[in-house]
Amino acid sequence: MSAEATKAQERPVTAELGKEFGLSAEEYQNALDILGRTPTFTELGIISVMWSEHCSYKSSKVWLKTLPTTGPQVICGPGENAGVVDIGDGDAVIFKMESHNHPSYIEPYQGAATGVGGILRDVFTMGARPIANMNALRFGSPDHPKTRHLVSGVVAGIGGYGNCVGVPTVGGETNFHPAYNGNILVNAMTVGVAKTDRIFYSAAAGIGNPVVYVGSKTGRDGIHGATMASAEFTEDSEEKRPTVQVGDPFTEKLLIEACLELMETDAIVAIQDMGAAGLTSSSVEMAGKGGLGIELTLDTLPMREQAMTPYEIMLSESQERMLIILKPGREEVAKAIFDKWELDFAVIGHLTDTGNLVIKMYGETWCDMPIAPVSNAAPEYNRPWEPTPKAADVDDSVLAGYSADLGDTLAKLFGCPDLASKRWIWEQYDSLVGGDTRFMSGQADAAVVRVPGQTKAVAITTDCTPRYCLADPVEGGKQAVAEAWRNLSAVGALPLAITDNMNFGNPEKPRIMGQFVGAVQGIGEACKALDFPVVSGNVSLYNETNGEAILPTPAIGGVGIMPDAMIAVGIAFKNEGDVILAVGETANPYGGHLGQSIFLREILGREEGAPPPVDLAVERRNGDFVRGLIHEGLVVSSHDAADGGLIVTIAEMALAGGIGAYLTGFDGASPRVLFGEDQGRYVLAVRPDVAATVQEKAKAAGVPVTVLGETRGTSLSGRGGDIVSLKRLRDANETWLPSYMAAEL
Amino acid sequence: MKAAIVVFPGSNRERDAVAALEAVSGTKPHLVWHRDTELPKVDLIVVPGGFSYGDYLRSGAMAAHSPIMREVKARAEQGVRVLGVCNGFQIITEAGLLPGALMRNGALKFVCRVQHLRVENTDSPFTKKYAKGQIVRYPVAHGDGNYWTDAETVKRLDGEGQVAFRYVGDEARADPRGNPNGSVSDIAGIFNAKRTVLGLMPHPEDAVEALHGNTDGKPMFEGLVEALS
Repeated sequence: MSAEATKAQERPVTAELGKEFGLSAEEYQNALDILGRTPTFTELGIISVMWSEHCSYKSSKVWLKTLPTTGPQVICGPGENAGVVDIGDGDAVIFKMESHNHPSYIEPYQGAATGVGGILRDVFTMGARPIANMNALRFGSPDHPKTRHLVSGVVAGIGGYGNCVGVPTVGGETNFHPAYNGNILVNAMTVGVAKTDRIFYSAAAGIGNPVVYVGSKTGRDGIHGATMASAEFTEDSEEKRPTVQVGDPFTEKLLIEACLELMETDAIVAIQDMGAAGLTSSSVEMAGKGGLGIELTLDTLPMREQAMTPYEIMLSESQERMLIILKPGREEVAKAIFDKWELDFAVIGHLTDTGNLVIKMYGETWCDMPIAPVSNAAPEYNRPWEPTPKAADVDDSVLAGYSADLGDTLAKLFGCPDLASKRWIWEQYDSLVGGDTRFMSGQADAAVVRVPGQTKAVAITTDCTPRYCLADPVEGGKQAVAEAWRNLSAVGALPLAITDNMNFGNPEKPRIMGQFVGAVQGIGEACKALDFPVVSGNVSLYNETNGEAILPTPAIGGVGIMPDAMIAVGIAFKNEGDVILAVGETANPYGGHLGQSIFLREILGREEGAPPPVDLAVERRNGDFVRGLIHEGLVVSSHDAADGGLIVTIAEMALAGGIGAYLTGFDGASPRVLFGEDQGRYVLAVRPDVAATVQEKAKAAGVPVTVLGETRGTSLSGRGGDIVSLKRLRDANETWLPSYMAAEL
Repeated sequence: MKAAIVVFPGSNRERDAVAALEAVSGTKPHLVWHRDTELPKVDLIVVPGGFSYGDYLRSGAMAAHSPIMREVKARAEQGVRVLGVCNGFQIITEAGLLPGALMRNGALKFVCRVQHLRVENTDSPFTKKYAKGQIVRYPVAHGDGNYWTDAETVKRLDGEGQVAFRYVGDEARADPRGNPNGSVSDIAGIFNAKRTVLGLMPHPEDAVEALHGNTDGKPMFEGLVEALS
């Protein structure tokens, strides 16, 4: 390859080419104005990814700024690779959730696998050893011809990557809805721990300091991946398969160990992974944050393919690569570590005082442009938006004609795609490697993972109820945060902070932008009221195909802390004769909130009404009460009452423990009371000898607590006899997903 | 008891093995890098789980040819106890310390769950603290755990007491499922002829403390400490 051959591959830089690269006419003109000349082909490529929605957050930034991001526990909020929160004793928890939606639809295995790889790098690049992975997945209707293939590929990809790197995948959530038929969501979250005095940031410093490339070699995969993620899908989107990256978890595992080893020395000034927009975003962001220039000479950069051009190298999204600014003279120390782990190591440039990004290769300069003006000129739009019209709650007329047997209704609910057991999925994930997993998916409302070498543990959950968000983005955003906070409290953890992964449709449509704005408002309100700030996040827009948008899905990843992993409480009933208590009230004007409930959709066939409102003060009071009881050792089993309402919550606890329930608290109750999805509620099982104490404490705290019955037998039963056997519920619950995946349905 | 744990690029359960050995024996095991050619003087060598060399070739095939494995084989011949777990089982089988082979799981999917096992032979330092026929629960977490050998060898392994653990399942248990991977004759773990080498797919090291949900793996390490101290 030569300069001449490179030039022969380049195309004339015009507004047309800019458009092809995703720049609007106005943005293209702006680039010309900043440079005072026509950009080179390489420069245009770099500018287009820097200004892509994916990298610049141009539609969302103005709203994201309104979110609460601080608190006494926050060490580092949004803006770095991941959020950092103090967990005491000189330890920090570092975490983030990120989407890999577009690639996962086009190539599910690699799309999901590299999603996991990318989020792992965001966390270990800050100095943390990853201790847990989570994920939030949304697929289209089970009847859609692609759904089975996508579930199969995504799950295998997440497992294939996470299992190999040796980080346990401890939980997540999976929903199905036709709105995701053309745009699935794959949101992956990593949680790591580090010492508070050994946290690494990305701002470059020190003119002349060497810029080092480590990890995998660069290939032609993923070029313009960030641009793809910034546009709607059309019929021909599958032709974009070459923009999907290919993951190598083995190299990632070596990279984790090598980077953590290097971090134990004092050689590093700054470090960042090469994620979206690869070498472009890492070099520009690192130099930009440090207010410096950077000069790269790409001839010695490790390449996987021959005859690569500077444009291709700068835009490649090849995986498992990091960029490091070293202290002067530490190249040998660092190289020895990467040699030990058999990873590529190359000094590819140095920091300068020019403020420019300079790219040299084949003896010529292909890019020489000022970083700050280009970064600062990244567009920021206050896009027009329309508030989502409020829906009224459904009244009792929806129940007219419903007279099904309660046991039949429960069996049907437990076998519906959203409530069916996801065992088929989570048994493909190594949830135990590391030996620190106390609870994983299905065992408790939040995963609980001990901090290695200590007794304390972090609790982790991912939550969002998209059907609520569609009906009312503000309440839905609030609910997502409240549910995450509740799930952490339900295991006994003190909620600390969240990461938000905002998945929406095309922001250029005011209706969609209104969903985004509403969700941000709701999230912000809940975060403030619950002292639960946002410390990291990711925005994925343009989740639309042929004009059909996904349900608004602001997925929330919540993290909490508890002093001892062994105080955590799971959902399973443990003993016969425990008293079953409901904490919180079921009392909207109709006596139980059915609007947008699972019961309404699955049993009555209606998706309508307002979502249940969240009273944040009540939420906090009830959660603090439950957490307090758990810390006092008074709770045997604990589960928040969410999808499906109180009766489904109790049945889930019974199934998890293999012990039934004799229910006395529902005599004559309407389906509203049984299946209403009112917020801020928990179901607890306590030993009979402490039930009175718990009720007294509740009274003192002003928390409504009602006795629903006791744990007993192998069925759900009441004064009228058996309602449904656990065996029937288990069969319904465990059969659906495996049968569906085996194409038996 | 002094122990060494061999670490390959891609090993990922060495920390679990360290924790289990240290908790039971009170002594920190040595970690030995795959490119080393010598082992310290130890009573037990553990080849841990993970994805050595990414398992991009047949699982364990690359690691079996790494420099340290020559030394592991030599020590095994001298009678030093060797425990290969999961990827470690694959590696020591590929290295010829045990008969048979480990193939892709029958269902072609990775499987992670707590699995019931039956202890088949207690006449070894690994299994002496269990009762013959005892049902124990260890987690499994593997994609290539489908043990295969021909019928004649299975018969010989049974006859010579070389089958250490079998997968079992029945309706009376919390999880009724048996064989998770299609292994021939439900074999979960086997000994060499002298019962000084044990390879098994399930993870006793992830079942040693209350946090793990059960401590059925602890007696394995207690037995080793008792026999080798």
